[in-house]
Amino acid sequence: MVDQTARKDWMSLLAKAPAGVLAELWQGMEDAPEFTHLRAPEIGAAMVRGRMGGTGAPFNLGEMTVTRCSLQLGCGTVGHGYVQGRDKAHAERAALVDALMQTEAAAQTDMVLLQPLRAKMASVRTARAAKAAATKVDFFTMARGED
Amino acid sequence: MQAEVLQGGFANAPIDAAVAFRAAMQVMARPGCIETVSGGTPPAPMSVAAGVLVLTLCDPETPVHLAGALDCQPVRDWITFHTGAPFVDADTAMFAIGCWEDLTPVTRFAIGTPEYPDRSATLIVECDALGEGHRLSGPGIKDTASLALPEVEVFQNNALLFPLGLDFFFCAGDQVAALPRTTKVEG
Repeated sequence: MVDQTARKDWMSLLAKAPAGVLAELWQGMEDAPEFTHLRAPEIGAAMVRGRMGGTGAPFNLGEMTVTRCSLQLGCGTVGHGYVQGRDKAHAERAALVDALMQTEAAAQTDMVLLQPLRAKMASVRTARAAKAAATKVDFFTMARGED
Repeated sequence: MQAEVLQGGFANAPIDAAVAFRAAMQVMARPGCIETVSGGTPPAPMSVAAGVLVLTLCDPETPVHLAGALDCQPVRDWITFHTGAPFVDADTAMFAIGCWEDLTPVTRFAIGTPEYPDRSATLIVECDALGEGHRLSGPGIKDTASLALPEVEVFQNNALLFPLGLDFFFCAGDQVAALPRTTKVEG
């Protein structure tokens, strides 16, 4: 049984990863494993819900496009992929990575794919945060000498 | 969730579902006619025909009721994975699946309202075999047709409710037949 917290972490990472970056990293994998589709890649919509400040009442933020895919490796391991956008190949790759992470190939997959992906996503996030931080304005009131 | 309940869906959903829908429509339009369907392999004890009908007709907006032996975890998981249909009690179900003994009394199921006769349940009945038996007449039948039915009185009473009432699919193996509410059954 795979640790579900760890699995949640890589599912989240794959769901948000840009298709191009994952496709590029996928080239680094030695051989593509054999698999059969349980559910061929299909495009649908999911409602994204939000809460103000984590304490407000939930509200529907809007719909987003989601592509999902389920497949089974030759060894019988089942992988599911849910990714944002309409890229079917991306959903299939995400499902393959999920399946591989539950097999003996987990360590290699983690090293070749997930760690660079995690680093890439973190650097994008840091760059964006730095860009936003550069525009930060501190408001202060100067003493006007009235008192 | 076991891997086997994830298998057995349509390999090519648009084509397989269209072919199966055509068969379902054909048997409903011509009561007594028996068609063979394929493409889906549900877990036991569900028959192939019932599984194909579920894959074709059910989605998250069609509440399903499972009766008797069919109400088991593998069948529930399979329907959830492939269709997303919710499971409900008999009175709110749009589709009910089970053996005839488990589905009776059929008065539990919704027969629609005078404004919306289409808001009625469709019963998918698992049978041992389909064949000739009781005499049928009505729309879609030129002179008379013949279909073996588990009972007679229930279907005669159902026809009296028209335009309300239940519709039935009968499944055995990969064969499917149907009895809409319009058909008159003679003993």
